[in-house]
Amino acid sequence: MKNSHTFELAPRGEREIVVTRVFDAPRKLVYRAFTEPALVKRWMNGPGGYSMPVCDIDLRVGGSYRYVWKSDKDGSEMGLVGEFREIVPGERIVRTETFQGAWSPGETVGTVELKESGGKTTVTTTVVYASKQVRDGMLKSGMKEGMAMSYDRLEEILAA
Amino acid sequence: MNAIQRLDATFSALSDPTRRAILARLAAGDASVAELAHPFDMSQPAVSKHLKVLERAGLISRGRDAQRRLSRIEGGPLEDAFDWLRDYRRFWERSYERLDALLEELKAEGNRHERAKRRKGKQR
Repeated sequence: MKNSHTFELAPRGEREIVVTRVFDAPRKLVYRAFTEPALVKRWMNGPGGYSMPVCDIDLRVGGSYRYVWKSDKDGSEMGLVGEFREIVPGERIVRTETFQGAWSPGETVGTVELKESGGKTTVTTTVVYASKQVRDGMLKSGMKEGMAMSYDRLEEILAA
Repeated sequence: MNAIQRLDATFSALSDPTRRAILARLAAGDASVAELAHPFDMSQPAVSKHLKVLERAGLISRGRDAQRRLSRIEGGPLEDAFDWLRDYRRFWERSYERLDALLEELKAEGNRHERAKRRKGKQR
């Protein structure tokens, strides 16, 4: 769906990837959807085929959270765990993030920021990677266009 | 190497433009150090260095024949890494679409409460 809701992904500084998305709802509601387990479970399950049997959120600085996704197909599980470092209710959450699955870029620090304007809320999520190399690898290896080796090219390589 | 270290190695190896170009060249077919050095205008030792990094990351394998040691691209680690990236992006895109729907619901709920409150207020 191409519209004002388009998902944007861009590098920032040396070690960050920033994803921006506008939601047609006030900040208060978006914040609830990001922090109340019963609500989080209803949307944060990706492209489908996964359920979210565990969503524990101890929303305070030093508190931890744990998300577990389960594949409908083979029952395999993936997790995301971490600890809250900073919380400004309704505005900003900073937390550590460790992905527990087949692949992970190691522990990262994620920030979610909400800004409201004219009844719409811009959600900016920032992930800080362990090193510039890992971040650049993430971007250059296919998440952004115009790279020396484009994603399509890689698809060809993989298909060969 | 565990899964995390493997991904690090893969992405670190891919973060260099010369190494990506070498991989692109190898995608067209196996090549020796001399064959790789030529189009990149690089010394053979410099190419060898890059090949070592790529080999450590499991992105290429190198032949045993000392005379003409051919490098060959290995799809496995690339495939794993790119599966992960594709899934990551798709995960958030689709989740956010679902969040759109949920927010519409919450807004409608909020409006109903507002109307109920106003009605109550009038009754008083």
